[in-house]
Amino acid sequence: MTDAALSGPVGCPSGLEPPTRTPGGSDYSAFVQSKGAQKILNLSVRGAKCGGCLSKIENAVGAVPGVEQVRMNLSNGKLKVAWQGPTSANTIVERVTELGYGVSAYSEDGSEKAAKREERALLISMGVAAFALANIMLLSVSVWGGHGEMGSDTRTALHAISGLIAFPVLVFSGRHFFQSAWSVLKHGRANMDVPISLALTLAFGVSVWETLAKGDHAYFDASVMLLFFLLIGRFLDARLRRQAHAAAHDLAALQNRSVNRLGRDQSVESVRAEDVRRGDTILLAAGERAVIDIKIETGTSTVDESLVTGESLPRLIQAGETLYAGTVNLDHPIRGEALGSTSDSLLADIAQMLEAGEQKRARYRQIADKAVSLYVPFVHTTAAVTLIAWLLLGAGVRDAIMVAVATLIITCPCALALAAPVAQVVASGRLFRKGIYLRSGDALERFAEVDHLVFDKTGTLTLGTPTLVSTHGDELADAAHLARASRHPLSRAIVAVAGAGPIASDVKEMPGLGVEGEIDGKRCRLGSADWVGVERSAATSGPTMWFSNGDAAPVQFLFRDQLQSDAGDVFADLRAHGFEMEILSGDTSEAVERVAAEIDISDWHAQVSPQDKVDRLSALTAADKKVLMVGDGLNDAGALAMAHASLAPGGAMDVSQSASDAVYAGGLSSIVTILNVAKRTKRVMLQNFGLAAAYNMIAVPIAVTGHVTPLIAAIAMSASSLIVTLNALRMNWGRA
Amino acid sequence: MDIIVYLIPVALGLGALGLAAFLWSVNSDQYEDLDGAAHRILEDEDKPL
Repeated sequence: MTDAALSGPVGCPSGLEPPTRTPGGSDYSAFVQSKGAQKILNLSVRGAKCGGCLSKIENAVGAVPGVEQVRMNLSNGKLKVAWQGPTSANTIVERVTELGYGVSAYSEDGSEKAAKREERALLISMGVAAFALANIMLLSVSVWGGHGEMGSDTRTALHAISGLIAFPVLVFSGRHFFQSAWSVLKHGRANMDVPISLALTLAFGVSVWETLAKGDHAYFDASVMLLFFLLIGRFLDARLRRQAHAAAHDLAALQNRSVNRLGRDQSVESVRAEDVRRGDTILLAAGERAVIDIKIETGTSTVDESLVTGESLPRLIQAGETLYAGTVNLDHPIRGEALGSTSDSLLADIAQMLEAGEQKRARYRQIADKAVSLYVPFVHTTAAVTLIAWLLLGAGVRDAIMVAVATLIITCPCALALAAPVAQVVASGRLFRKGIYLRSGDALERFAEVDHLVFDKTGTLTLGTPTLVSTHGDELADAAHLARASRHPLSRAIVAVAGAGPIASDVKEMPGLGVEGEIDGKRCRLGSADWVGVERSAATSGPTMWFSNGDAAPVQFLFRDQLQSDAGDVFADLRAHGFEMEILSGDTSEAVERVAAEIDISDWHAQVSPQDKVDRLSALTAADKKVLMVGDGLNDAGALAMAHASLAPGGAMDVSQSASDAVYAGGLSSIVTILNVAKRTKRVMLQNFGLAAAYNMIAVPIAVTGHVTPLIAAIAMSASSLIVTLNALRMNWGRA
Repeated sequence: MDIIVYLIPVALGLGALGLAAFLWSVNSDQYEDLDGAAHRILEDEDKPL
């Protein structure tokens, strides 16, 4: 390993993703799997986006003694480590967190495995169809080329071989469509797979018939080509959906953290959160994040509830109070009673809200669905009318059926099935390169419809951490001696300005009050007004901290949760686009009002509970608004799931990221980017449907009048699929 | 034209060979990390000679 790998910048060197800090204190040994003498740990790493991350992580972990195999998957952020010997799982996790990446334990759940299996089955079916297509085309081209010269026996032999190749492939690769068509037909409904299955079956059946009758035309090539193109669309769709599924998975990863439980014999054991039962005694160390709701028995501490309530300042908690999952304990160890296992914590309540939102979303009708419901009756009626018309005009039954089937084959929704997935894949790749990660493909359609924006404040509009705004040169340097010993966000803000340096001796921290220590023989205090013995003044806005040095008069430090740097431009831009905007925050009125004034939003609500947020979103939805929710906290998760479309910043809590349609890493300007790309994608999708319709308008008259040969069908179908794909790729060539 | 009696099986055999290679690559996780492979090739191993 090179030292450079460890001493480089913290986090992703490409700058795509800000460094992430995992709250410490979790014990990962509960997630280690043993295979003989070898131990295996699967981790989900956040923030690794480029090749630099890959080599940094693999080199650093590979240097840990005993490690035999490290493999980082850059596409999905999973890290697999296998090692032998006494090395602890926590050492490995520490190595990764030291580099500035967020880590959570990861275990594959059932639905994740199923999604992976489905994607793989589609890929294999696609490969098999491609093999068959290549070979049948070889034979078909011979038949077309030898037209008029080839003897009837040779032609029939070539048709028969084509049929022998096509049959097993249609059964194997076509099963995805047949099964899906059958399962909806049983319930008396129809989806896109019904006309697809019909076209495949008829094309094959008619070709067998023609071959047995030693006829001129067999459509084996057309049926397999259809299958191949359709499988491409289906595979892209499955791949997008699997990425989306990873979102739900992150929720599980959050709950997977371990808990320190006090056993009967008073010994501390590390157990997985889901093994905790109601009434168990839990120890929460300083700096640790609670994963289950706890009723505090002993201990006083300050806690950071910003992810639970949106409140940006830490709160003092005492015995008897309840601590919700997602809260970070800042300064003193707490002992408490578990209020239930993870399945009935606040987090689980929010998970239920998420589920409700997701079900609502599943009812969203995509453009493609609408197109199919128009398309199916049209095509089938046309084919039926064609059959009857030819019979009435005195054609033989065989000719009439051939023409009707040719109509069905040539109008099969190949371009239609590709139109949406290809556009979505191109758009999501484009967003990915800009640091925006889409969680579901159909989300783009919903983003394109948005007309009302709702923002959370803390951590979304603002940085989420206080910044020092007043300056006192000498006092600051002294105060930093005390601040370095504390985990309190205000202390951290002082250290951020003062930089690294010495720590005062004999430091004591009093929860909710402040820090005390000795600097150059003088007692110094840093903390609240009461702590340094001055009158509390109501005149200051925003959080403050006092510092007293011996007998000298105490000085005051002022802090602010500052706006994201690009907020001004972004909101001017959004206003120019005519969006309605509002702020929903769990923070105090003054804090919200100040931010609202800075970005010139008149519609704001403060001290809003998670349920209030959900209610407000429901009200907006009822008023027929298409709401985009942007938020990062646990308190936003329900609202995020409820919104027509939702976005979470990269620093957001895992649950909120899972509840969102997309996660962005590049500041607030990403909101403008995603709305623009979504609008553009929708335009391309509509163009694609238009192209598919135009294709049918040309193809149908040719088919109905009986001029379609297998050669024309092959050219027409591949041309329409290619045109739709190229039109979607055009998005990559244009301007940003 | 007798030659097609050999040529068609040969063509099918070659195709099947390609298909077998594809199936192997899918089943051995070759498509699991498309982004990582692109970056991995640029990585310096720094191993002593």
